[in-house]
Formats: sequence, C-alpha cells, structure tokens
Amino acid sequence: MVLGRAFEDKCAKMYYDRKMLGFVHLYNGQEAVSTGFIRLLKQQDSIVCTYRDHVQALSKGLSARAVMSELLGKATGCCRGQGGSMHIFSRKHNMLGRFAFIGEGIPIATGAAFTSKYKREVLKEADCGHVSLTFFGDGTCNNGQFYECLNMAALWKLPIVFVVENNLWAIGMSHLRATSVPQIYKKGPAFGMPGVHVDGMDVLKVREVAKEAIGRARRGEGPTLVECETYRFRGHSLADPDKLRDPAEKAHYAARDPITALKKYLIENSLANEADLKAIDKR
Amino acid sequence: MLAIARQRMLGQSFKKILPAVSVLRSYSSAAKQVIFFTFFILAHNLMHTDMVGEYQGAYKITKGLLEKYGPERVLDTPITEAGFTGIGVGAAYYGLKPVVEFMTFNFSMQAIDHIINSAAKSNYMSAGQISVPIVFRGPNGAAAGVGAQHSQCYAVWYASCPGLKVLSPYNSEDARGLLKAAIRDPDPVVFLENELLYGESFPVSDEVLDSSFCLPIGKAKIEREGKDATITAFSKMAAEMLEKDGICAEVINLRSIRPLDRATINASVRKTNRLITVEEGFPQHGVGAEICASVVEESFSYLDAPVERIAGADVPMPYAANLERMAVPQVEDIVRAAKRACYRSVPLAATA
Repeated sequence: MVLGRAFEDKCAKMYYDRKMLGFVHLYNGQEAVSTGFIRLLKQQDSIVCTYRDHVQALSKGLSARAVMSELLGKATGCCRGQGGSMHIFSRKHNMLGRFAFIGEGIPIATGAAFTSKYKREVLKEADCGHVSLTFFGDGTCNNGQFYECLNMAALWKLPIVFVVENNLWAIGMSHLRATSVPQIYKKGPAFGMPGVHVDGMDVLKVREVAKEAIGRARRGEGPTLVECETYRFRGHSLADPDKLRDPAEKAHYAARDPITALKKYLIENSLANEADLKAIDKR
Repeated sequence: MLAIARQRMLGQSFKKILPAVSVLRSYSSAAKQVIFFTFFILAHNLMHTDMVGEYQGAYKITKGLLEKYGPERVLDTPITEAGFTGIGVGAAYYGLKPVVEFMTFNFSMQAIDHIINSAAKSNYMSAGQISVPIVFRGPNGAAAGVGAQHSQCYAVWYASCPGLKVLSPYNSEDARGLLKAAIRDPDPVVFLENELLYGESFPVSDEVLDSSFCLPIGKAKIEREGKDATITAFSKMAAEMLEKDGICAEVINLRSIRPLDRATINASVRKTNRLITVEEGFPQHGVGAEICASVVEESFSYLDAPVERIAGADVPMPYAANLERMAVPQVEDIVRAAKRACYRSVPLAATA
C-alpha cells in the first residue's frame, strides 16, 4: 500500500513537471482494495482492470521500475512504451490488461474465467483452479456489459470475482445522481450470486471478504459480486481540477485513509512498532 | 471456365466425402468441414456464438457440430454480442482458440469495441505479450429483402484497422482453405461470408477435399486470365464477374481484404492497363478506393484510362425488391464500366 501511494505521488510530480503525458489516473485512497484482494492471488490467477490501476499492477508483482518506465514511454517499460498508463499488460503476471473504456475489461476477465473452467473440465488439465478478478468502478455498474457478464458468469458458474471500487464518482458524475438503485451489492442476488458490501478503506476487512470470494471461485461454487466502499483522494485524472466534490466529503474520507488506519491498527495491536513502519516507508 | 451449378442445398447434412476427381461441395458445407477438421486437429478449439448449438446456427452452418463435439465445445450463448464477444476475446487471451459467430456482421456493431480495442490492438499494446487467436465469422453484406439494418457490408470498417486480418471467400475452395487458415492464425481474423452463397454449389478438386488443405492469407486468386482490363472483386461480386463477356477481362478474386494482395493487383494492371474495382458496399472510402490508391501509387504510368469504381448505391439498403436490385451492382453496371474503361463508350464525365 505504501509503495502504491509513493508511486502514485511520484507520478503526479512527473506529470506536473511535464515528464509524463496523456491521461494519468491515480489510485490514492483506494490502496486497501488492491492490496486486500490481489495479495491473496497466485501468479496464474488473472486480473483485468480499467485505467486507474498502476497500483493493481504493482500488487500483482510487476516491478515499479517497469511500470514507471512504461508511463514515461520508454522502451524498458513493461509494454515497451507501446501501451502507456491506461494499457498495462503482463503475460508473466497474468495481468490481462487495463482498458480505457469502462466495462470493456469485464467480459475479458469473464473469458479468462471461462478458459480456466474449460481447461479443467473439458481439456482435463491438472492444476487449473485459476481465478479471475475484475476491478471496475461505480460508473461501470450502469453499463450493459456489466449485466451481460453477471448473467453469463452465474449461468456457467465461472471462477470470477467482480470487484466494484465504489468511490462515489464516475469522472464528474456522482453515483447517487446516476443510479436508480445505488446499492451495487444488491445486484448480485438478482443474477443468482452473492453480493457483499465491505468498507474499502480497511484493508483487513477487505482481505476477509476477498478470502471468502476467491475461495468460492476456486472451489467451483461460482462468481461473487463485492462492492468496496472507497474514495479517491485526487481527481479523476491529473487533468481534472476536481471542483465538483464537496470538501467535507473529501475530509471525511481522508480521515479514513487506509494506510494511516492500518498503521494505527498495527501499533495498537503491537504487531509492529514505529521503527518497523518507518523502515517500510524508507524502502 | 468453371460452370457454376445452381442447386439449392437446403438441409444438407454432413456426409462422409467420397474421393472423386471433381465433387460438388456446397459453400456452406465446405465451411462446416473446416471447423470439424480443425477441431479434430487442434484440441483447444471452441466455438461460441448465439444460438449456434441447438438452433444449428442462424443459417445452419453449424449443423451437426453440437452432436459431434458436445455442448462444452459448441456453446450457445444469450443474445448479448458485446458480452459474449468480450468473453471470446478473454478466452483467447488466456489460451483457447475461439470461433465467434455473429448471426450477421450487422450485429457485430454491438461488439465492435471488443473486436477492435480488445482483440485487434492488444498484441501491439502489450508489446507482443498477449496474442489473440480468435476468428469472428458470419454472413456479411446484402441478402434478399432484409432491409437497411441487416444488409451492410463491413469489409472496409474492419479492413482499415491494423491488427486485424479480414478475409472474404467466394467459393467452396475459398471457404474451406481460408477458414482453416483463419483458425490457425495467431491473430484476430474477421471472416466475412455471404448469405446468398451458402446454398451455392461449386466443383472442387481432390486436393481441396484433403484434410490438410489450407490457403495462404494475403494472396488473391486470378479466377480468369485476360488482357483488356483488370476487374477486382470479392465474395458474391466475383460470381457476377464470371458471367460477364465481351471484353477479355482478367478477374481477380481478392480473398483477402486485409492484407490486400497489392502485388497481384498491380502486376495485373501493368499487363492490362485498365482497372475496374467492384464491391457491394457503400462507395465512399470503400475497398475500391484503397485499390485505386494503391495502383496510382505503384502503377500510375501503366494506366491507360481512369480507374472505374463500381460499388453499392450511397443509400441505406431499401426493402422493395426492385429498389434493392438497383442499390447493388449488377452485371450490366460492370459491363458498362468495362466498356468505358476500354473507350468503347462515352466516359461518365462527358455525360454530366
């Protein structure tokens, strides 16, 4: 989480220094979701995300250097500079891409889950209990492809977890203004899968829910829809002046910063002390 | 000259092929053959589309596949093109070789984001890490009286996109050889069939019926040699070409729209000095426009007349049969164009 935060802050600095171009979407504030889920995965499990996912890439195991080089358009980047910020792919880490259009990644992840089940049941390959995770936001939950895939994943009992990072804002559109039924987790049971809501600012709570959902998928019990209530501290992208959001709302969530919260928890429960945490920060 | 027997092949079931010097195979059963054979060779193939299994495919192309390969490999999906096309692409990313059928390519517009952004561009965006060995197939272009939303030709929409290959078979030999090549290809391929040709029979040789028969992608075929003019065509338009007479035209069946076989086309124009391009789709930014540009770039000094471009009418396809006939190029249009190119009639500009 700390690496993720530091990475994103560095991106912001590079962008404002005009060393980084194009669209850059930062993840500050949402680190608990990425860490909570992805650190539970194996290398062969796959993830698919949208454009706000430098930190997902780092959690999945790509090196910070490879991702940063990619964002700077260098040939040493993970996609030789051909993909850019919005299109990080890594075959080795099974990061099957980040997509620019919301909803685009959901069928791709569903296809990967399909392949995993097909390899196990039809081709009878061993060691195929691979799971797919797809990360997307609240805005995507009003998009047609989301519903098409909830239906097909439940119909065919695919090993996938749909992770909603509900940060209440789809670019500049408030989730509450855009959605007839804002409780996204309720949409899971309508398609025959469990829908779970979790505090996305608390990494330990996310991890608990993630363990259960990933376990279900691996055991062949089918998909789960998880709604993580989270918040992005910065604007939609670095070009976004972010004037629409209420400062009181931002302050409310800043007080629930996942990194600060975890630090507090570790110290209160004597799992680590100040010195250990400072050492992590330094690295 | 190949004679085309026009037998209606309704309800043809898949039969064992008996070896013979020349056997009539229908276009549709040639396509099915390939899928069967390829399933036999490559264990990972899987086909999924809407209603392909129990409904036997919109035009019965996939008849018999479900019985032979079972529901795990021949997958019926709900009618959700965006969703199931994306799922196919995701499956291709992760190791399978899917064949996705659209009822017609008009419906591919619901899924075009996945064809272009998720399939075509991924190999490049990932710097070669992700390969997408997927085939999108189905009927393309005008049918008979199905109206504007069911009649468009999508050849140029897909052919303009780097990362895709676009093929269009004319006869059974093309259908068999090109579909096999498409499935074997590691990149996404758009395979444009023609509904009105499904019921046609064409003679094929033993070589074509052999299980290893495969055609190269990117090579056109000279269906008929000639010396007065070059006519390029693909899919059903090639059928019209072979009936024309009078001028000894060299007829090129393009087979591959992307990559376009510029070498064959230019070599032919350098021989005949005149070019007529024929296509069914809308005229603006069409296949003919690209061929014309290619010839102007590479063989300008060999042209003895302006390039004639024959295409469908610049209107959404009308429903009434007489209007529909006028909206699609007919043999007479092509003959007139050929005569203009050979200076046997007044050029178009002079009549304006």
